[in-house]
Amino acid sequence: MPSLENIANFIHNWLYTTFNATVALLLEFTIVAILVIGLFSVLGLVLIFMERKVSAYMQVRLGPNRVGPKGIFQTVADTLKLMVKEGMTPNNADKFLFNLAPFIVMTAAMLILAPLAFAKNFQIWDINIGVLFVTAISSVSVIGILMAGWASNNKYSLLGAMRSGAQIVSYELSAGLSIITIVVLSESLKISTIIESQANGWWIFKGHIPAIIAFVIFIIAVTAETNRAPFDLAEAESELTAGFHTEYSGMKFALFFLAEYVNIFIVCVIGATLFLGGWMPLHFGTNTTFNEMMDYIPSSLWLFGKTFFLIFVIMWFRWTFPRLRIDQLLNLEWKYLLPISMINLLLATAMAILGWHF
Amino acid sequence: MIHLLQIDISKAVNEVENAGSYLPIAIQLLLVVGLIGLMLLASHKLGPKRNTSDKLEGFACGIESHGDARKPMAIKYFLVAVLFVLFDVEVIFFYPYALSFKQLGWDGFWAVMMFVGFFLCGFIYIIKKGALQWED
Repeated sequence: MPSLENIANFIHNWLYTTFNATVALLLEFTIVAILVIGLFSVLGLVLIFMERKVSAYMQVRLGPNRVGPKGIFQTVADTLKLMVKEGMTPNNADKFLFNLAPFIVMTAAMLILAPLAFAKNFQIWDINIGVLFVTAISSVSVIGILMAGWASNNKYSLLGAMRSGAQIVSYELSAGLSIITIVVLSESLKISTIIESQANGWWIFKGHIPAIIAFVIFIIAVTAETNRAPFDLAEAESELTAGFHTEYSGMKFALFFLAEYVNIFIVCVIGATLFLGGWMPLHFGTNTTFNEMMDYIPSSLWLFGKTFFLIFVIMWFRWTFPRLRIDQLLNLEWKYLLPISMINLLLATAMAILGWHF
Repeated sequence: MIHLLQIDISKAVNEVENAGSYLPIAIQLLLVVGLIGLMLLASHKLGPKRNTSDKLEGFACGIESHGDARKPMAIKYFLVAVLFVLFDVEVIFFYPYALSFKQLGWDGFWAVMMFVGFFLCGFIYIIKKGALQWED
């Protein structure tokens, strides 16, 4: 059965038997680079199209349906249009910081792709601090957002950036704490070890109540961290035009937009990896027939299925909940989610010491 | 087991950490910065450049913009940032504990309870001080 692992092994062996080690290594770097760029551009196109279609069907509209069959080439056309648009820098803006901000936001988004496991034994960079790396790099993007807002020299941008900064740093606390809950249960920061610890059941099933509470808090926190509705105060269209990227146009705007969607994908992969078992198939106890049937589904499909389910849930939120006010938003985090996730972490630790999880 | 980017490097350093195991991320960083630079350059070459003074003004939804945007902002935003620094350090301290709680056992657990107690004292203090009160 062809799987990503076998294909990668085959290419690896072929390269090392055909060329000498240095050339083969360089060729592998090139292949990985092309794969990363490919994944990343496909993701942007698919997610934006998915967002538009999901929104449309939730509002009983058709959504994009003119470019290509069922409108699937709409985002390609949009990207091409943005490529040939004029990218202006306003006169009053701080020109250097204004142009640096999209770099930082985008770089932060793309660096987190490295330690993610996309299929069984298919991972670019399996480092022993995987989860810590993800949390560390994901907090870099707030610098880019604040930079964009301040450098634009526009009141909408500044307000949007300030709101976004306060919101992202606040929700990082409870996202971090709910990630640590899973680190406690699986006793490792390495992403492949965390996935292997879920071989006999995903943490959301094995981890009892602490894992479920952590999962709910994680989903709320990452929705806020990626500036998605109902926490989209940073770019509340009706009050702030477009928030921190009001002054951006052309490709620079497209980079912010892409980074937002790549970030949504990344947090959903992290959620699927930590709580829903990553590429692990669904197994029920000792029901061998069922388990073997589930094993036939390729591991990459499992991961992408779980990820896209979480992405769909986050898109669903957007059309279900009304936008919060900034004081409600910060109260929710500081007065409810932070204490709850702290106590939940202690509960999980006590449970793990007692060995109550399966 | 295959990790495309780290085949030669990581064999020796799989468990031991040194600068070599971070080489893949350095390469990815270069790749990403190069890619973004290329995209911006391409759009810069392809796009039109017709600058007029009206177009390059700050956007204010058609209303004439008044003054500079770099004015003092509400202190609350900065307060949140400062509180974040304090609390995030506490969250970071949990990482080493989360990895070694099995060996530390109940003694370690009570020590961490004490740590969380201090955390809660600070938390109650900032709430009582009104640092998280947004309406004046």
